[in-house]
Amino acid sequence: MSGQHNLRSGLGQVRGLGSAKEGAAHWWAQRLTAIALVPLVFWFVASLAGLWGASHGEVVAWMRGPVAPVMLIALLVAGLHHLQLGMQVVIEDYVHSEAAKWTLVIAIKLGAALAALIGTIAVLRVAFGT
Amino acid sequence: MAQDDRPLSPHLQVYRPQFTSVLSILHRMTGVALGFGALGLVAWLAALAAGPDAFAVAQGAARSWLGCLVLVGFTWALFYHLCNGIRHLFWDAGMGFELETARLTGYGVVAASFLLTALAWLAGLLGSGGAS
Repeated sequence: MSGQHNLRSGLGQVRGLGSAKEGAAHWWAQRLTAIALVPLVFWFVASLAGLWGASHGEVVAWMRGPVAPVMLIALLVAGLHHLQLGMQVVIEDYVHSEAAKWTLVIAIKLGAALAALIGTIAVLRVAFGT
Repeated sequence: MAQDDRPLSPHLQVYRPQFTSVLSILHRMTGVALGFGALGLVAWLAALAAGPDAFAVAQGAARSWLGCLVLVGFTWALFYHLCNGIRHLFWDAGMGFELETARLTGYGVVAASFLLTALAWLAGLLGSGGAS
């Protein structure tokens, strides 16, 4: 800390560093995705329970129904967004080296986006496949 | 102590674990675990899209005894995180902060997580026996 010999004001030094402004959006997005995930997860587990032991053809037929692709993509997007928001908080709490912290936060955000994209494209390929 | 070495929150080591604090850290641990579960789901979807051969490999892994064990673990983690997440949403709304209430809802969450896990697997195993 070099506060005493710095000509910048206290506010100027911390502006943009803390959770002010962006913290509320993070918190709100975490809750909004949480609420969305409650019905999505119940649907998901019930569906997978129904598909236990199903063949490739049966799962494909299920994926071409009107409900499954919509719910699955919603689950992937809401779930992975919720995951990266939560993982960011966990990383920020436990990883104190700035370099490692930011590397992990960036990796988790890009990784979650990539996973959502791969999963969504897989769902669409099956749903619209011939 | 140098400023850089000061412990930052959550500084768990100094607290004796309590029922509610164990549930709290379990929420984080199940959340992190479910990140790996999400990767499993994406891999399963990719295998489904790749075709019957890749899907057979994925299903074979899922139905091995180790696969089932991991999936039961993920099911419980998912239901625990979901139920405790609902508990968190009530806290966000300003409800259920009294110690006794927090303890009771904690027991409720644990009971519900095991019940829902058992229900899901019962439905899956019984249902597949009848369907195929």
